[in-house]
Amino acid sequence: MKPVNCGRRCTVMSIVLAAASGALFGAGLLISGMTQPAKVVGFLDVTRSWDPSLAFVIGGAIAVYAVLSRLAKRRSDPWLDVKFHLPTRNDIDVSLIVGSALFGIGWGLGGLCPGPGLVAAASGSIPALAFVGSMIVGMLVQHRTARAR
Amino acid sequence: MPSSWLFALLGGALIGAAGSLLFLTHGRIAGISGVLGSLLPPVARDRDWRLAFIGGLLAAGLVGGLVSPSLVGASVRSLPVVIIAGLLVGFGTRLGSGCTSGHGVCGLSRLSIRSLVAVATFMTTGALAASIAGGAL
Repeated sequence: MKPVNCGRRCTVMSIVLAAASGALFGAGLLISGMTQPAKVVGFLDVTRSWDPSLAFVIGGAIAVYAVLSRLAKRRSDPWLDVKFHLPTRNDIDVSLIVGSALFGIGWGLGGLCPGPGLVAAASGSIPALAFVGSMIVGMLVQHRTARAR
Repeated sequence: MPSSWLFALLGGALIGAAGSLLFLTHGRIAGISGVLGSLLPPVARDRDWRLAFIGGLLAAGLVGGLVSPSLVGASVRSLPVVIIAGLLVGFGTRLGSGCTSGHGVCGLSRLSIRSLVAVATFMTTGALAASIAGGAL
């Protein structure tokens, strides 16, 4: 949060705008079809009746984000923080590949990735609630093993 | 063009706009696994915006489920398989530093080499898992 001239009003703004971003993100996931496991599996399973429509989700998202985030980056800093927090690593390590591979297997099996999982769970879907519960356990296990090393 | 493609495009555009809003206001990458994961121990110090973002995401699901239940599809797998899938997604996204949103949308937009490798990897294993599991599980 910006330390200069930014008291309680800034804290409220920060929470409201982050919540608005999350809600908009969730609405996008719902409209896009990403919260429908059958559709996701139909997209990933190229051996049966392939449904390529979900490629338009990432295409649309990248088209908008690539333009708007670059416009935002023209500022020296974001509205409510002292700097942009961007990843700086560019090494390809084993963790990146193994982690992504395991994530892909889980995504292909269940048809849910983290965002759609949370959205579907909030709608009251029992399988999605089970998915989110086990996803959180998986995250906690990873944090534990990372700290133990 | 089938209407599901238009919905996919519109939904994707909203996701891109939401990520841009978070980047403009907070200077943060809208990667769901990262935003959520840093709320779990060891908890990051900047908890408030993360909680608010996840809260907004959950609110969208709650309202969406009430307004149009068909937007949230039924599970395609049995409960044990769903639980195994969740464990893999949770562990894998944290080990691999991101998921479909962080690597897929934000990372590819930034032309990050790590994200390109991550997306190529999880799309490949995702296609393999979905194709092999098929209707069997």
